[in-house]
Amino acid sequence: MIPAAFDYVRADSVTEAVATLAEHGEEAKLLAGGHSLIPLMRFRLARPAVVVDIGRLSDLSYIRDEGHHLAIGALTRHRAVETSELVASRAGLLGEVTSHVGDPQVRHRGTIGGAVAHGDPASDIPAALIALGATLVASGPGGTREISVDDFFSGFLETALADDEVLTEVRVPAADGAAWGFEKFNRRAQDWAIVGAAAVVRAGGEVGVGLVNMHPTPVRAAATETAVAGGASAAEAAEVAAEGCEPTEDLNASVEYRQHLARVLTRRALEAAGL
Amino acid sequence: MEISVTINGTTHTHDVEPRTLLVHYVRDVVGLTGTNIGCDTSSCGACTIHVNGESVKSCTMFAVQADGEDLLTIEGLADGDTLHPMQESFRQCHALQCGYCTPGMVMAAVSFLDENPNPTEREVRLGLEGNLCRCTGYHNIVKAVLHCAAGGEQ
Repeated sequence: MIPAAFDYVRADSVTEAVATLAEHGEEAKLLAGGHSLIPLMRFRLARPAVVVDIGRLSDLSYIRDEGHHLAIGALTRHRAVETSELVASRAGLLGEVTSHVGDPQVRHRGTIGGAVAHGDPASDIPAALIALGATLVASGPGGTREISVDDFFSGFLETALADDEVLTEVRVPAADGAAWGFEKFNRRAQDWAIVGAAAVVRAGGEVGVGLVNMHPTPVRAAATETAVAGGASAAEAAEVAAEGCEPTEDLNASVEYRQHLARVLTRRALEAAGL
Repeated sequence: MEISVTINGTTHTHDVEPRTLLVHYVRDVVGLTGTNIGCDTSSCGACTIHVNGESVKSCTMFAVQADGEDLLTIEGLADGDTLHPMQESFRQCHALQCGYCTPGMVMAAVSFLDENPNPTEREVRLGLEGNLCRCTGYHNIVKAVLHCAAGGEQ
């Protein structure tokens, strides 16, 4: 399957990428690792007139210790996050979740920024970022701005990023001494999660839970978090995991089955996190 | 757009359409047909090659993204008539049936052992999860990778 023809622009800087996006508006798409965009283009579900390749902006590939948070460049590949000792020691949930993305070939090319900017509710990484309370940094014509992960995912495959903004950095609050659990339910190796649950219990007892494929967007299990804060056990808190979520029915699962999975996987993730 | 790509040590320069997938470039333009196309959906791994030493699915890259990069395909793995140790292990362990997945499987396995030279069987299975064998010949494939990791010779 061959994608529709497009004009190719190789950006040499974020500024150039932003300018190109501003010129072409919604006709343009950013290409980073390409592991979300290229499959869509092959099926011609996406037919951008202009593809802006930011894959060579090596200054957007880094993992830095910024004290109270880790700063991860948007073009950092999954493999680098998965194998980072810094991520393992200060945000272990993200490293663990990243190791479950796709397969080794996908993780060699796919980037954290691409996975987040794609806004796919079936993607694992957004759930981890929700649980950890990440902040996304975007550059546009007017400069840079920070967006809370809770305000970032606005609809199915839609985000708060404007047509002329580039996601440049993911900031993950350090979770030193935290315990965490990630549960991903699928039928075959390398498949997307039918449902997934990522939970972190911080050293101070604060709990974060993100769900995969339970809503049109990546979603926080807010009712579960509230229940834990009120003293509920893992089993009690997991009972309300699907509250407020509007999962879809597809070949893999009915709505009811997804709700059931959310409860079971949330309980297991919380228990793995020591709750 | 003109690109220059080093494949198996030889630099190739061609004018390609931006929408040309890397696997089509490697097979149809350069003429190296050892790399197979299986699913066309980034699932099966038959098109796995190395880009700068790491396994990638060449159906999920545009050729323009490989401009200036160093590629290795199945044709570049052997040293003349001497098979690469992974190829030799596949041969000795009968790790292929129809053979269609084999080039991608071998390339994925070589990259995997580069990253994890002493894997457990479980790690081999996880490390090859991006490659499908529709003959379901996984058992001997895993044996071959472990055989290669253990130094090859029986």
